[in-house]
Amino acid sequence: MKEFILKKIGARLVLLFFVSILCHSIVHIAPGEPSLVDPSNPRMKPEDIQRLRDAFHLDDPLYAQYLYWIRDLATGELRSFKDNQPVFQKIWDRFLNSLPLFLISTFITWCLAFPVGVQAALRRGSVFDHTSTFLSYALISIPGFFLSYIVIIFMVKTFNVPATGIRTFGLEDSSWLFQSMDRIWHLTIPGLMAALAGVAWLSRFVKSSMLEVLHQDYIRTARAKGLPEDAVIYKHGLRNALLPFITMFGLMIPGLIGGSVIFETVFNWPGIGRLGYDAIMARDFPVTLTLNFFAAVLVLTGTLVSEILYAVVDPRIKL
Amino acid sequence: METQTLQTNENHDELPPPVGLFEEHWILFKRKKSALYSFVFLGAFFLLALLGKVFTEWVVLFDPEAVRLSQKFKAPFSSFDPGIIPDEDAPLFGIYLLGTDELGRDVFARMLEGTFVSLTIGFVAVGISVTVGIFMGGLAGFYGRVKIWFLTVDTLITGIINIMLCIPTFFLILAVVALLPPSIYNIMIVIGLTSWMSTALFVRAEFLSIREQDYVIAARSQSIPEWRIIFIHMVPNAIAPVLVSATLGVATAILTESSLSYLGLGVQPPDATWGNILADGKTFIFDAPWLTFIPGFTILFVVLAFNLFGEGLREAINPKLRKHVN
Repeated sequence: MKEFILKKIGARLVLLFFVSILCHSIVHIAPGEPSLVDPSNPRMKPEDIQRLRDAFHLDDPLYAQYLYWIRDLATGELRSFKDNQPVFQKIWDRFLNSLPLFLISTFITWCLAFPVGVQAALRRGSVFDHTSTFLSYALISIPGFFLSYIVIIFMVKTFNVPATGIRTFGLEDSSWLFQSMDRIWHLTIPGLMAALAGVAWLSRFVKSSMLEVLHQDYIRTARAKGLPEDAVIYKHGLRNALLPFITMFGLMIPGLIGGSVIFETVFNWPGIGRLGYDAIMARDFPVTLTLNFFAAVLVLTGTLVSEILYAVVDPRIKL
Repeated sequence: METQTLQTNENHDELPPPVGLFEEHWILFKRKKSALYSFVFLGAFFLLALLGKVFTEWVVLFDPEAVRLSQKFKAPFSSFDPGIIPDEDAPLFGIYLLGTDELGRDVFARMLEGTFVSLTIGFVAVGISVTVGIFMGGLAGFYGRVKIWFLTVDTLITGIINIMLCIPTFFLILAVVALLPPSIYNIMIVIGLTSWMSTALFVRAEFLSIREQDYVIAARSQSIPEWRIIFIHMVPNAIAPVLVSATLGVATAILTESSLSYLGLGVQPPDATWGNILADGKTFIFDAPWLTFIPGFTILFVVLAFNLFGEGLREAINPKLRKHVN
């Protein structure tokens, strides 16, 4: 077991090294530089630009720039090109904003997707099955921001829910109870919207996995033994159908960073996706690179966790 | 109808005529109504896209670029009001079928132009990703054991695939699109080059099992050149899962384009796509809701049709799923 995990970690470290090189090359070789973002600024004289280039090591060869980046990353000295703030602090602040959104939407996704998927599988061919399948296809086919606009108009008019931002301005002095209620109230629409696509995707997966299991021999055996139907479905069926979702749990961790750019823009939510978008637009190389690096670390950790969990849970997999 | 012919054949005392592989899939595919309707719907849309290309660019019946500032925000079906506008800028039959936008441009003409552009983006992007995917997957599957220096080809290519899978796709697209000069070709290429990994994995897995099959060994024993074995004998047998993922890929590409347009990084004006009509229209959602809802629902229906079609295709060619269907 220990050897298995160490081997996996070693392979992932090698992969991470190549990912960091690839990201670094893409960001640096592509045209556009931080010193050129604001060419119309009359205060930028050529010597200022040269000073910027020197400060950011932009005239050094690529491998030297890569080494500088890795050195700063390792020592935690990395600073943003844009405002000279420490990169880790910036990312951590935004991460704290993204986390509640991610947790709430994951919670809604898992709470809704499982009952819907299991019911659709059990009542195969019923109206419920057809409706839920069609709805889930429709939900993954609609552009996220278009659906968000429709929902915003509807929800704001009917329930008076705030649609943008993470808190109400001017509530900073109130008690923590009101502040946290305000935060949760602001989470309503973004959390729901971020969850909808997940529900659509996961419920179809639950359905097909459940269908697969319901056709197995051991289900027939369980029925033939005369077990009550609930025990057959939830103890023998669902437990086995749950296996693939352990993998899914690991793969959902990276959703924390990628894929949230659109929603965070629509809802004006100062999260990680937004930070990455702004950094890309401002050619803020350290922030862009570090975010990509963290995203890769999350992906690799996610797959590692899911592989280990899978090996632990499913005895058929040999280590 | 097919089942009837099969039955009449059984009544005669002879074997039924051999049903080709394609025909068999088609019969299975037709059974699923939603997939069949999506197929017909998509066919109609391709026709519309071609007509749109013809009538907005070559025989200009609908001019998507004519600006009529005095006629902005006309609701759908409102009639043309000749005032100071020259007659050649009037819409066909004097009616704005889908209204006008903030510059008084005919939304119907722009949607027609956008149909061709959006579908082209989807298909070219998927074409690129499928080509790269088949190439990489085929290389890993067929020449997987060949050693370069100390690595096998298979390790190398799965390594590249894993590296690509580590980078969040939308971030990568954003980074490249934001840094490159905005153009329709860059968007196609970027979407294509960031989505080939699943195709490559499919093809690799298929090739690994096909490589050991008797017909490939037979072909080898006749010293048929390797490129011929790969492209004539193996690729057609590995193409089924690729087709499904390609269909779903077109849907994703159209959605990605609209997301990029929303961030202002998509296809730039004056070129119209569904995505940028929607993204421009959202500012006027209260004054001119049709500018948002027409492109929005068009994207929804077309992408939905692609998804349902792809799913029907998957069920038709996957014998494992077929068992549950019957």
